[in-house]
Amino acid sequence: MSFFDYLFLFGGMGLVTYLPRWLPLFYLAHRNLPQWLIDWLRLIPVAILCALLAPILFTDQSLRTLEPGKAEFLVGIPTLLFALKTKSLGGTVLVGMGLFWLSGYIV
Amino acid sequence: MASWPICFGYIPIGLALGVLARQEDIPVWAVTMMSILVFAGSAQFICVAMLAAGASPWSIILTTFIVNLRHFLMSSAVAVHLNGLRRRLLSLFAYGITDESFAVNMTHFKKGNWDFQRAITVNQLSNMAWVISTTCGALLGQFIPTGAFGTDYALTAMFLALLLFQLHDTIYVFTGIMALVIGVGWYLLIPGDSYILGASISAATLGFFFKRFREKQR
Repeated sequence: MSFFDYLFLFGGMGLVTYLPRWLPLFYLAHRNLPQWLIDWLRLIPVAILCALLAPILFTDQSLRTLEPGKAEFLVGIPTLLFALKTKSLGGTVLVGMGLFWLSGYIV
Repeated sequence: MASWPICFGYIPIGLALGVLARQEDIPVWAVTMMSILVFAGSAQFICVAMLAAGASPWSIILTTFIVNLRHFLMSSAVAVHLNGLRRRLLSLFAYGITDESFAVNMTHFKKGNWDFQRAITVNQLSNMAWVISTTCGALLGQFIPTGAFGTDYALTAMFLALLLFQLHDTIYVFTGIMALVIGVGWYLLIPGDSYILGASISAATLGFFFKRFREKQR
């Protein structure tokens, strides 16, 4: 692929990525949102994080089937406990990586 | 200070993306260009995989659009906290909204000790870390075996920690459990990535009605 092929592809991807990020900010931040919408939006981060995590923790992502008790989930439990205890994001990432790496040798 | 966990989380993922891209013969300058123009981790991984499979640019762009539509929700949520700010600044801020910067900024905005200046610093530092680490990954090429030292778990661990910090009361816990259950079901039944939008919108809506129901009970 040439320079312009890449420029077209990445430019297009960039545009469709930027628009959904930009539109709500541009149009919503100058208005007072109704209370029900604010209440609903407050729940969105938890919902998105769990939706992103759901298949990682509970399914086989190459076959797209249910897989209870996979390493990602089992390692997640002590990782969550560490986060609860320390409230440290960076530390939790390190502990999670370390435990997951070790789990590769045990399983 | 708030952005270093993101930067740290991005480095292994960025390196991995760079390495993968080089294995598909995407030049180093193209990797840098993609990280600057797109700045969306999951979409960039999908792009590399689709290029390897010989997909057309249009289908890659459409997939990117669908995958990144979730930022519409995040941008709407963060807009609540940036009320009345100049539009030029908002347009600049929009570029840096990712799953990670959003989660970090929202956590701090909710605590109340946060402002636009700090939020955009988080966005820009994570963008810098992303561009640099993807470029380095591409330069390092085939020298890093994928998944070494648990790097493939970095994002998952970060999402878990961010999730835990968000659980303020029963309504949030309820919403999270709903999103997990609906997310798994949707993921198993419907091909593609619609489960992210589908599960999060329905779980937040259920959580919202649960909150209203509880308020009426009192």
